[in-house]
Amino acid sequence: MSQQNEVLVDPIFNNNPIALQVLGICSALAVTISMSQTLVMCAAVIFVTTFSNLAVSLVRNRVPTNIRIIVQMTIIASLVIVVDQVLQAVAYDISKSLSVFVGLIITNCIVMGRAEAFAMQNGPYLSALDGFGNALGYSVILIGVALIREPLGAGTLMGYEILPTVSNGGWYYSNGLLLLSPSAFFIIGFFIWAIRSWKKDQVEEPEYEIADNVQYREAM
Amino acid sequence: MANFDKDSLSNTFIVALAMCLLCSIIVSGVAVALKPTQQANKELDQKQNILRAAGMLAEGSNLSAEGLTVDELFAEFTVRVVDLESGNFLDDVDAGSFDPIKVAKDPSRSIALSSDQDIATLRRRENISLVYIKTVDDQIDKLVLPVRGYGLWGTLFGYLALDADLETVSGLGFYSHKETPGLGGEVDNPNWKKLWPGVQLFDSAGDPGVRIVKRRSVAGNEMAAREVDALSGATFTTRGVQNLINFWIGDLGFGPTLQKLKLANG
Repeated sequence: MSQQNEVLVDPIFNNNPIALQVLGICSALAVTISMSQTLVMCAAVIFVTTFSNLAVSLVRNRVPTNIRIIVQMTIIASLVIVVDQVLQAVAYDISKSLSVFVGLIITNCIVMGRAEAFAMQNGPYLSALDGFGNALGYSVILIGVALIREPLGAGTLMGYEILPTVSNGGWYYSNGLLLLSPSAFFIIGFFIWAIRSWKKDQVEEPEYEIADNVQYREAM
Repeated sequence: MANFDKDSLSNTFIVALAMCLLCSIIVSGVAVALKPTQQANKELDQKQNILRAAGMLAEGSNLSAEGLTVDELFAEFTVRVVDLESGNFLDDVDAGSFDPIKVAKDPSRSIALSSDQDIATLRRRENISLVYIKTVDDQIDKLVLPVRGYGLWGTLFGYLALDADLETVSGLGFYSHKETPGLGGEVDNPNWKKLWPGVQLFDSAGDPGVRIVKRRSVAGNEMAAREVDALSGATFTTRGVQNLINFWIGDLGFGPTLQKLKLANG
């Protein structure tokens, strides 16, 4: 596989930022309650990660080492504000429910992590691809979670009714737990389990062995 | 660039300055360029909120039952600027650009409220405000008042719609608040909002008397018509909602305006 393919495709399953590196799950819990929100969030993260990687990579040879994190933050924060402003102009209803989380892309570990770990060492083209790939890996997991949470939690997908709920006169008793953030933890956990059963090399070495059970003597 | 030292003091300052300049130009450029669209979105949103409070627009929909758009529906309303103390309409103030919430912060155009007057914890109240009137055959059909007041975490902003008699609630909706999701945030719950239409605003003495209660009075009791079930787990929020309604329909709020309109409406 060429290097370009590697940086682009690897983060989707082989080195997924959420499933393997367990980064950026904060927003994965918050926005996956509805598909339309999730898609907008994914688009925002793809835009920010791609262009922040590109910009950081372009200036990487000029940025003094001791202020490099601040420079990266400035770039990321500016891009996030741009995204937020565009959302407010184009998709006002979604931006009202997302604006907090869009602002929090600034602190999304994936964006910062890729800028510091990849874009500071690699050329602009590869860096942009890497940012795009990682954001895509993030999006795949988010869309997967939303695909489970919205239909089973609210009986809808993209706002259209899939499973008619009892409160709307249908037959489906919606699962309220799936509308709460903790449910995303379980779903992401199952995803990680599935990916690691498929790709065995992702399974981490146990840090310590659990001792065998002590043999109890019969109670006297 | 053989001698280029990227960690030198001068380069640090140059990079920091250039970065800030570039980023601020981009951010402010985008903000200025998109301002008109955002403003239009906000105005449309405000109109939707007013229409929802008046029960003319369903939750989550942009079209009325008859297929009218927000702008068409809102065209039935006239926006009037009103002097809160006298209750008179003012025609020399442009309603389109008037923002009561901003004006309330300006000491020359607002009054300070003493602690016993200030049940809704507003601190200052604007001298003039806006009302939205829908008339049918020159008679008031609906009147929408902007209301606000403190809940638990912050100020709730919303609209209270009154029926033609100006004593009965037609609807209540909040477009901005900071209450706890799931507890006080349930002020947005359609099932709770459904309890509001038909609630009487004034007691037998004509004073503001909306009550949000844990247990409703028995039917037939004079108070029962003025009561709404409280939200469980949200004592401060419901108390805030009760106070803000009673404040804004009271003498310091739109009370004088309502009196004038009632006389005019016959």
